[in-house]
Amino acid sequence: MSQRSRLRLVVLQVLVMSLLVTLVGRLWYLQVLTKDNYVRAAAENRTREIVTPAARGMILDSRGRPLARNRTALVVSISRTEMLRQRDGGRALVAKVAAVIGQPEQDVWDKTRLCGTPGAAPPPKCWNGSPYQPIPVTDEADTAMALQMMERREDFPGVTAELTAVRDYPQPLGANAAHELGYLGPVTDKELAARSVRTSSGARTAAVLQRTDLIGRTGLESEYDADLRGAPGVRTLTVDHQGGVSGVLAQTQPTPGNYLVTTIDADVQAEAERQLKAAIDRARSTGDINKGYAKYKADSGAVVVLDVNTGGIVAMASYPTYDPNVWVGGISTADYKALTSRGNNYPNQSRAFQGEFAPGSTFKAISTPAAVKAGYSLDGTYPCPSAYSIGGAMKGNYESEAFGQISFRRAIQVSCDTVFYKFAYETWLKDGGLHPRAGSRDPFTQMAKAFGLGKRTGLDLPSESAGRIADRSWKRAYWKATKTFYCAKAKTGYPEVARTDPARATYLRRLSKENCADGYAYRGGDAANFAIGQGDTLTTPLQMARVYAAIANGGTLVTPHLGSAIITPEGQLVRRIAPAPAGHLPISAATLAWMRTTFRSVSEVGTAAGPFLRASFPLAKLPVGAKTGTAEVYGKQSTSWFATFAPADKPEYAVVMMVSQGGTGSGISGPSVAEIYKLLFGITGQQVDLAAASPPGGHPPTTLPTVLPDGTVVAPR
Amino acid sequence: MSVGYRPAPYTVAPPSRSARMLRSDSAVRRLDWVLLIAVLGLCAVGGALIWSATREPAASSGGDPTAFLKKHILNVGIGLVLAVVASVVDYRMLRAYAPIIYCLSLGGLLAVLSPLGTTINGSHSWIVLPAGFSIQPSELAKVALVVGMAMLLSEKRDAEDTPRDVDVFMGLMLAAVPLGLVMLQPDLGTAMVVSAIVLGLVAVSGAPLRWVVGLVLGAIVVASVAVQAGLLKSYQLDRFRAFYDPSADPKGAGFNVRQAQIAIGSGGFHGEGLFHGAQTQGKFVPAQQTDFIFTVAGEELGFVGAALVVALIGLVLWRGCRIAMGAEDLFGRLVATGVVCWFGFQAFENIGMTLGIMPVTGVPLPFVSYGGSSMFATMLAVGLLQNVHMRRYA
Repeated sequence: MSQRSRLRLVVLQVLVMSLLVTLVGRLWYLQVLTKDNYVRAAAENRTREIVTPAARGMILDSRGRPLARNRTALVVSISRTEMLRQRDGGRALVAKVAAVIGQPEQDVWDKTRLCGTPGAAPPPKCWNGSPYQPIPVTDEADTAMALQMMERREDFPGVTAELTAVRDYPQPLGANAAHELGYLGPVTDKELAARSVRTSSGARTAAVLQRTDLIGRTGLESEYDADLRGAPGVRTLTVDHQGGVSGVLAQTQPTPGNYLVTTIDADVQAEAERQLKAAIDRARSTGDINKGYAKYKADSGAVVVLDVNTGGIVAMASYPTYDPNVWVGGISTADYKALTSRGNNYPNQSRAFQGEFAPGSTFKAISTPAAVKAGYSLDGTYPCPSAYSIGGAMKGNYESEAFGQISFRRAIQVSCDTVFYKFAYETWLKDGGLHPRAGSRDPFTQMAKAFGLGKRTGLDLPSESAGRIADRSWKRAYWKATKTFYCAKAKTGYPEVARTDPARATYLRRLSKENCADGYAYRGGDAANFAIGQGDTLTTPLQMARVYAAIANGGTLVTPHLGSAIITPEGQLVRRIAPAPAGHLPISAATLAWMRTTFRSVSEVGTAAGPFLRASFPLAKLPVGAKTGTAEVYGKQSTSWFATFAPADKPEYAVVMMVSQGGTGSGISGPSVAEIYKLLFGITGQQVDLAAASPPGGHPPTTLPTVLPDGTVVAPR
Repeated sequence: MSVGYRPAPYTVAPPSRSARMLRSDSAVRRLDWVLLIAVLGLCAVGGALIWSATREPAASSGGDPTAFLKKHILNVGIGLVLAVVASVVDYRMLRAYAPIIYCLSLGGLLAVLSPLGTTINGSHSWIVLPAGFSIQPSELAKVALVVGMAMLLSEKRDAEDTPRDVDVFMGLMLAAVPLGLVMLQPDLGTAMVVSAIVLGLVAVSGAPLRWVVGLVLGAIVVASVAVQAGLLKSYQLDRFRAFYDPSADPKGAGFNVRQAQIAIGSGGFHGEGLFHGAQTQGKFVPAQQTDFIFTVAGEELGFVGAALVVALIGLVLWRGCRIAMGAEDLFGRLVATGVVCWFGFQAFENIGMTLGIMPVTGVPLPFVSYGGSSMFATMLAVGLLQNVHMRRYA
């Protein structure tokens, strides 16, 4: 035998032994160094968690009527484990179930596919939950369907029909409040990851949020999701390798979600919605005298009823609106398109806190104390010509009215713009005009800020709009953002417009040239426009309601809110929701008192008198402070505003209504506001019966609704 | 030595039976006892592990919880008889029978591919016999291959020190036929073991280095061509892919690997105790009494027990190498070498796949896994080792 053979045998021997050493090394790594990972994996291997969802808390109005509750629905579910056990993977079973519940077989089949597996439909069609949980295929089964399947269990293995809680928006008394309530949607992977917690052993617990959970997507459902959600019950099962259950390791019961008591009064909410719709209808049947009697489009509108003392929102409505129940059980594509389409004027947007509109003459509530700050006496008399010269250009009154030399009060009663032009223009000149002194403080824009404009109110709803104050710095920023566009247009002109309308094209080109050259300049005209709520300043109806509430309550800038308290399902108070006021107005008590008296006179002898007169409103018994607004919007019909508070001598509520492209404040919104006050103070004919008012007493309830032992909620006493 | 010394005549009684056994040249004295004890130790550990892995499902379906254990003991018994047979006949005589053994094994492999064959666990490797028995001819073919190739490669020993190219070529041809048949089943694991045997035999035969290098390179080329040309079944490729990334498809190909590692890793240093492995008793690891038997050792006996199994295998391989080294002729050395390569690679492949360092292929762990054919073949091989060992001075 060769030496070579011997040598190679030695090499082979070394090779074999090194392989064995490798094995032992790997064993050491797995069993000693990284043992913990595998011990944990083994534990997860052997257990499964079954989740019992908690009942979501109700959303109640201030008198305990449910605005959002849970309705029991008959839910048919199919067990995936049972489907897999069948020869055809459950195809035939799905076909039978689909036939009974009257749905297309493919739809039901798609619902039983696990998301992310081959051939599964994209969410939300596929099943996003645990494969060990029965998969719901319909929540609209009726008793007959359930009986068909439950009485022939052998034909429907693994199929269950159970009563399950489904969200329901009952719309008590017709109060829709869709934009305020919001809706629920399936949880996303991102939210799951963000909210999952790891226990000390590192295993992920799913107790916070489940794959199958619904989560508040917007509105109160979203804002108070954590309170309403509750905690799910978890049953930890031991399973074998086939997923068969061999025992129960641990079990916790679900904790139902707490109730949210809101400041909304369903009565008032329903009436506000009706009156808003009435105002819209009124506008649509009214011709615009300035535009050849073309009917108003009244594309949208909003109304806000605010508790002036606390900022609690008693009612808030927006038009167009929608049925919040369309979201329950997943919204259909057609419904979603309808909610978000331009053709329908975006019913999903609330005009009350998301819509931004020029406030028009209702803004004089801010210009008045600003003028006082600028040095104009409330007792003085001022000229009210039909037009006022600003740097040579004449700026007219609404409908070119002229009233001669009038008092400040009279100027507000008749809503004389030229008086305010004078205040603003002279103040602007004093401030340095086009070239302001360093550190100058324009009292008009300062006052707008003090009233909380240009900023979110802090309302407890997502996606609130801030509006804007078109002051010097805004103009400069806007010019910076747009000058490239205007400078290009100044060079090229508007050939596409010129083809059909050469005059307009020339005008647009001149405008572009001006904007390009010195668009940043805050002109005298800008200051004048600002004082009467025209131009580029925008507010939400909610912001204006808060402005009038502040004047009414003696100068406190309240934080509007819908939440009033969180209570347990047994009625125990968890916490009060009473956000602190945002600040106090820099206005003397005397000026505020003067303003209240003046606004009260507006409803008696001023521009707001008409609607109250026509409604035979008993102003003597229940005085109302009011201001009208008819904001002109370039290229559109005017915006109707009606801002009020009452009782004017001891204010409880501020009511503001706005109708976009709706015409005059007094003609369109005024009558509706008067009707809302009739409900708020129990007015029938000339009688004021506060006991018959909604809410009773002519003021918002001060105590919370109570929960009786049987679970029913009753109004506070 | 003194000259002219004449020893006195003497007579002795014929030695008693026991004395005969204790004589230095008796079969019993010449047995490699370390090898035998290591093999029996592995069989015993295997019995315990098989029992643990199979008693629960059998009991819950009303069967005999010790059914697999009993059959394993029976297999060991039959195996030992075969080992005795293989060790009694002088291995040099085997050279004469080698062609017959080889042809018989080819017959078996062909029979598998004929309608007689049955598919179990994705491999068409079985012949089902009456009375609940089934055999896997590819296991027995390994024995035939070892003997046949050893014979060819040691044939021309008188004139030359090393096999000529023609001998190596003949030997490779000899191996190619069963290798091809095994690949047709397809039984990738056995094919890999056969390749390891061929490589080891050619190397130790003293064949020129170009053959050894050529074989290694050839194996790499064949493997890459097979993958490129799609000759492998998709499930085979999946198993290899799962080897690279077990988490890629945790419910499919990666499932076995993942579950096996969880079982072994969770055993820790001391193990969870026999019959107390949660993974094992919950049947989370598939094919656990056969290909994945090592996971039971890992989980229930811990690092201590698993390392003991590796050590026992090491002992067998070490004795095998010693026997090859001490063999009287090249034929004996090559037979022993072939067996060492066989056991060594198969054990490494089997344990390696449960530890996630080798791809999943269905080869049993010698002496430990449940299965008759494997037990008989490996016991025959042990008999051959003993045979070579006992006749090293004769």
